[in-house]
Amino acid sequence: MGRLNIVISNTSEKPLYEQIKEQIKSAILKGELKNGELLPSIRNFSTDLKVSILTIRRVYDELEEEGFVSSQAGKGTFVLAGNKDLIEDTKRMLIEEKMIEMVTLSKTMGVKIQNLHEMLDIIYEEV
Amino acid sequence: MNTVLDIRNVSKHFSDFTLANISLELKENCITGFLGKNGAGKTTLIKIILGLLHKDSGEIIFFSNRYKNIETIKNKIGVVLDDGYFYDNLNLKQMKNIIASTYKEWDETTYKNYLKKFRLNESQLISSLSKGMKMKYALALALSHGADLLIMDEPTSGLDPEIRKELIDILSEYVQEEGKSVFFSTHITSDLERCADEIVIINNGKIIEQSNKDDMIESYRMVKGTLDDLERISSKSIKILDQTKYGFTGITSDYEEIKQCIPKIILEKASLEDIFLAKTGEIENEDYI
Repeated sequence: MGRLNIVISNTSEKPLYEQIKEQIKSAILKGELKNGELLPSIRNFSTDLKVSILTIRRVYDELEEEGFVSSQAGKGTFVLAGNKDLIEDTKRMLIEEKMIEMVTLSKTMGVKIQNLHEMLDIIYEEV
Repeated sequence: MNTVLDIRNVSKHFSDFTLANISLELKENCITGFLGKNGAGKTTLIKIILGLLHKDSGEIIFFSNRYKNIETIKNKIGVVLDDGYFYDNLNLKQMKNIIASTYKEWDETTYKNYLKKFRLNESQLISSLSKGMKMKYALALALSHGADLLIMDEPTSGLDPEIRKELIDILSEYVQEEGKSVFFSTHITSDLERCADEIVIINNGKIIEQSNKDDMIESYRMVKGTLDDLERISSKSIKILDQTKYGFTGITSDYEEIKQCIPKIILEKASLEDIFLAKTGEIENEDYI
């Protein structure tokens, strides 16, 4: 299996299932998990992460509903990264969320769009 | 997920105690922790499940009625009881022979492997076993006849942390195999925090909560503040765990409203122990304020 890092925070306000789901999704979006790869069994995964099997089940169910994985009875849960439109849409959506925050903040502080463009150019080079 | 044990409206009356209308469902491949204080009714319910006590009313369905024969069901259940029910003057081998003969699918190889793993010597007398060794021996017997459901009454009570961890690792390993499930009672919340998938809380003979462990922990917060804060949020449901003239600590499920009311109030993740105490404790200042 490709690289899958899951780090759970006990101080995060986000529920466990959401933290785990986001990290799997991010591994798929970054291409660290490839199309057709088998995810760990829910039992094994939950024991390793020390969370309830019911939590992992929920993660897999929701990822399946959103189209990122596919479960096959008796075989397991596989990554579906072949759906390019879904992957692109999700990337765009995640970035748009951050941009809306950024633009809202800029507007409240009276920062003009030109300045924002310049800042973005610099930061994009630097990071 | 299949249901391995379905308990419906089970009641049992004693002169001084009542197990009232117990309903719960155990899901396959889960470790379900059965949490309650001493005297809450845990052992009584386990004895009823195992047929060691008769119930007054209600229904108990094993393995979704997959097996028609009561003997088959007995073979599919592994049992570890608190006081062992072993004969003190026999050695491990003699006791094992008695128990093995009552099961159809006794697996001597598995049994021998567990003995080795637990560093138990077959020629030792039962009476010479420490509490931890007795539990391990009982577990070795319970896991050596192809059981799909392991039912344990207070397996961790009175054991040191290292042996408790060892037991928990074995349970976690056991449920990795498809179709294996565990139900165990305890009053030690840290054992469940480490390995349980689902938690059932019993108090005064009634089930007061059953849910996914993570959901249960996430639906509460520990709230801390000054007594002035406490007054301002007195309409919210908080169970006070501790209160002095300097401030208070409590458990709440109304944390979103409390946060809106006092944005700077301290809200922290609650532990299962805090939640359990809040739900069952007879702490001073017990009333919901």
